[in-house]
Amino acid sequence: MALECINLEHVPASHTIHAALFQNIKNASFLHQQLLAGNTEFEYALIDASVIISRLHALAAIYRAVNDLLGNKLRSRNVHSEIVFSLSPNNNIAESFRRFGISPETTSLLVIKVSTPSSPAAGEDIQSHLSKVVDGEQVDFSDGVLRAMTDMVRVKKIYKLNYSSGVNGRGKENAVYGSDRTSQDSKELEMLILGSMALRGATN
Amino acid sequence: MEVDTSLSQSSSPVPLPLILQRPSVPAILIAQGAEALLFRSTYLLPSLPCALKYRPSKPYRHPTLDLRLTKHRILSEARVLTKCRREGVPVPGVYALDEGAGWMMIEWVDGEVVRIRLNEWLSRRAQEGVPQGVEDGKLVGLMRRIGSAVGRMHGVGVVHGDLTTSNLMLRPVPAEGVNGGGMLDGEIVLIDFGLASQSTQDEDRAVDLYVLERAFGSTHSKAESLFTEVLGAYEKSFKGANIVLKKLEEVRMRGRKRSMLG
Repeated sequence: MALECINLEHVPASHTIHAALFQNIKNASFLHQQLLAGNTEFEYALIDASVIISRLHALAAIYRAVNDLLGNKLRSRNVHSEIVFSLSPNNNIAESFRRFGISPETTSLLVIKVSTPSSPAAGEDIQSHLSKVVDGEQVDFSDGVLRAMTDMVRVKKIYKLNYSSGVNGRGKENAVYGSDRTSQDSKELEMLILGSMALRGATN
Repeated sequence: MEVDTSLSQSSSPVPLPLILQRPSVPAILIAQGAEALLFRSTYLLPSLPCALKYRPSKPYRHPTLDLRLTKHRILSEARVLTKCRREGVPVPGVYALDEGAGWMMIEWVDGEVVRIRLNEWLSRRAQEGVPQGVEDGKLVGLMRRIGSAVGRMHGVGVVHGDLTTSNLMLRPVPAEGVNGGGMLDGEIVLIDFGLASQSTQDEDRAVDLYVLERAFGSTHSKAESLFTEVLGAYEKSFKGANIVLKKLEEVRMRGRKRSMLG
């Protein structure tokens, strides 16, 4: 498995996204420490993959952070911390780092690096640095692999989605969303999460 | 005769929003109203279609006011949509928004608006010489689905503000039989919440129904007699619906606007 290079819709080609997913991380506390110390070698978004439900979920956060970067609207230190913050349904930055960022207990880790004109980063350099500093097994950044890592209970709690897809009591014949329940359910969950993320910070 | 070649190039008279000047699958202008432009675009991936609603700034408004109104409208629409979606009301989900830039990306809904499908169906039946009131099963079914979708929305505390058959879509249901089922089949999806608000007032709800009833009367008069089916399904869709129907009679007597006399 190698680093994946992604270009998002409506993002200038100069802002390339690099993503790598790891499992069985053994040095999470070391990596966490580098972030706390502000080590500039570690300019990554280090995301706890257990609270990511799909690629789209992660890409949505990246898109929002990059769009905010382009609009000069970053609320946190840089685009990488902003990616972690963009996963949050609320405006508490410290809380968003605790919930979505790497912690000493993290075992599955999603690493995102945004290459920008002011700080360009080449894929090979990122890959070789990650291979050196992350003690874990690099895996495919795919929906299937992510799903196996996801802590659904925690995700639903964070996004306050405890009643799955619009079950708010009052006998609901669920005629609204088709037949095929399970894949439909996780698509629906994803949609609700994207909505919460998009509305974060909406005041006025 | 002079032909302005630039006209065929630019799909819209106003400049494209900055967001659509960035690399992506080309956006297509699909609708233009007084307040907003609607594009078909893509979200995150070239393979994921989205609807992009853009509210251009109005040059005649004071810039500060203009920005405030735009922000407010984008956000309130997005809030209502996410609320509906969370509560299981069939509406497009919200993907992303930038209230300062005046745009919002929402889920792309396949299918067609009820106005078009219904008129096609009615005119086909007229051609076939089927008298009104015969073989109305499909139509009755559609009316009932409309009633329960609207009731569901009202039940969660949202009023639409502009309920017409152009703001109701019929999304094809994949499981449905051979060649996509009938013309009136599909799941009702409520769209365009640009004038929506959060309200549980019977008056507001009754006005929604009244506007919808008038829309049926004016654009599908042959289906108007079946509007009772909409109301019947509506009545069963949430607690308190019967009070709204009482209110509707009042609204019918006086029209959409409440009298401010006395």
